[in-house]
Amino acid sequence: MTPAPLIAVVGNPNAGKSALFNALTGARQKVGNYPGVTVERHVGKLALPSGRPVELIDLPGAYGLDPNSPDEAVTRDVLLGKQLGERLPDALLIVVDASNLDNHLRFTLQLIDLGLPIVVALNMIDLANRDGLVLDAAKLQTELGVPVIETVAVRKRGINALLAELDTLLLTSRQIRAGVGPSHDALTLQRRARDIALGAIVSETPTRRLTHRLDGLLLHPIAGLAILIVILFVMFQAVFAWSAPPADALEAATIAAGTAIGDALPDGLFRSLIVDGIFAGVGAVIVFLPQILILFLFILVLESTGYMVRAAFLMDRLMSGAGLSGRAFIPLLSSFACAVPGIMATRTIDDPKDRLTTILVAPLMTCSARLPVYTLIIGAFIPARNVGPGIGLQGLIMFALYIAGIVGALGVALVLRRTVVKGGGGAFMMELPKYQMPRLTDIALGLWQRAAIFLKRAGGIILVTTIILWAFASFPRAGPGQKQSDVSIAGKIADGIHVVVAPIGFNKDISLALLPAMAAREVAVAAIGTVYSIDAGDEANLQTLEQKLAGRWSLATALAFLAWFVFAPQCISTIAVTRRETNGWKWPIFMVTYLFVLAYIAAGATYWIAVAFGLG
Amino acid sequence: MIISRNMTLTLDQLTIGHRARIAAIDWARLGDSDASRLRHFGFDEGVAVEPLHRGPFGADPLAVRVGRMTVAIRRAHARAVQVIPEAAKSPSRG
Repeated sequence: MTPAPLIAVVGNPNAGKSALFNALTGARQKVGNYPGVTVERHVGKLALPSGRPVELIDLPGAYGLDPNSPDEAVTRDVLLGKQLGERLPDALLIVVDASNLDNHLRFTLQLIDLGLPIVVALNMIDLANRDGLVLDAAKLQTELGVPVIETVAVRKRGINALLAELDTLLLTSRQIRAGVGPSHDALTLQRRARDIALGAIVSETPTRRLTHRLDGLLLHPIAGLAILIVILFVMFQAVFAWSAPPADALEAATIAAGTAIGDALPDGLFRSLIVDGIFAGVGAVIVFLPQILILFLFILVLESTGYMVRAAFLMDRLMSGAGLSGRAFIPLLSSFACAVPGIMATRTIDDPKDRLTTILVAPLMTCSARLPVYTLIIGAFIPARNVGPGIGLQGLIMFALYIAGIVGALGVALVLRRTVVKGGGGAFMMELPKYQMPRLTDIALGLWQRAAIFLKRAGGIILVTTIILWAFASFPRAGPGQKQSDVSIAGKIADGIHVVVAPIGFNKDISLALLPAMAAREVAVAAIGTVYSIDAGDEANLQTLEQKLAGRWSLATALAFLAWFVFAPQCISTIAVTRRETNGWKWPIFMVTYLFVLAYIAAGATYWIAVAFGLG
Repeated sequence: MIISRNMTLTLDQLTIGHRARIAAIDWARLGDSDASRLRHFGFDEGVAVEPLHRGPFGADPLAVRVGRMTVAIRRAHARAVQVIPEAAKSPSRG
């Protein structure tokens, strides 16, 4: 069977390419990776009006066939048939922004030179009209020599015409025209693109554009910064406040299910595995799903509105003070959700040393996996009272922990740029796209893809580690009068760790949690949960983990534990992705070492200062 | 219109909202990849430019309209771009 024809969706960044891809494929899309590189591969299937099935790939946005980043290199390689694991596309769907033709047509001309069958989607035509720009699509079609269809991807306008045109294209022009090849130099193409764009403009009425007016406020040296700080503050307060009702409901449901299953099973080891191992472990993590989704929601909305790039603009000078670029702001902000996608996003940073530095400090950003740990400890030890109108003390401590991560990252970056990652840098060049209303379905799709990733981790790594920990904690069985956590395998390992961490105020329970937490930080919560429910026996299971903790840890220990998690490299996935992104073990080993040293110092300092203030 | 030599400024010296045309770009001052990216953004002789915003710290970076696009670049790069300001400051149309 011959495979379905492959159509590549290609265009400049900010042409609305992904929105068009989503409009064409809907939820019938898969996200993967190109082999050997960490560039996402989005692929979807659909049927053309004739019934012909086709496969659509969404190539990374690029300005041309001469790449400036690994993303652009993948786009070039696919288009030249050189990309491993991808066949040469049978046709190209080029997406151009109608109000930015002078720039986008340059890449289009380069692509036409390749000689593949082509349809051009003249996208966001509504925004061009709103800005007073009237275009002659027919004239553009004559000049380019390929079909041009007007579209508004976010409103699904022009989609049917586009599909019909693709049908005609695949039926009629199966043979590939003799390509000129990418022989024209960029400047010649650029000038020709400007001429064609100028010729296609029927009329242009000057208007004061919405984006320009918004930028006047959002990029304002004072108002813009104030708004950025407010947005970030609201984001973190919301992560706490909005997530409480659904999190409580999930917790109640998990406890109810665990109790119901526990009642149905005969007393014994198997019941202990189900209730104390699986339900206590996985349940403790699932509870944090609402918070993670709210955080992702903010990041997705900031990204899709075009605000994220403005934040990079505002922060560039500060970032450059730490030897980073404003471009690092987006990967680092993404690392607030998870360092893994954050480190992957660093591939948009052109300068290799800027990029390496950003990768090395990304784990210091407070990722969502730390949230369960922070939430639990703050909930157990910090009173839920307001210190000002609308400012909760718990939220404030949370905010402080985030700030500690940021300050730590900037400080480390500064040191690294002067020592091990010297030289280079100084580039910050990015497009400031038009502001756009985020589209609900695009946000929902992004949110769903991220929730699936989190749940896969919760269901996979975390399930396995909680079961292993349960086994370590349950065997050998304690005799009468012995504490289970003293005699078990886990207890013996923890004894060894305890010797090292006792000086920084960590008790044996924490020592016990540190090892499984390497799999994923949130497992620390699950691990502590498992230890206490096994030790306590059934009668104490009605107590929440917070109540159990509050009775057992001193405030100084709790604060030291928080400080530890600001820095500790407790995540195997981050180490693995760092190895892949830096092509070797040198940098991940360096990263793990410096993070453990920092964590030890920070936790120790916190503990002894707290003890000195009488909180021990 | 006669343009005297001393009317040329570098892009970073231009006041916000003052339109200009690119007279020359000192590509040699820029590294290869920086030059390539600027070309991709459409920086070229004769293209209309207008600085729109400055970063809050040290007036760096700059948001510049180039052709129909708005891009952010650092002052250091803007210094490589020589511009001829429009004679009279026309009201900004954004």
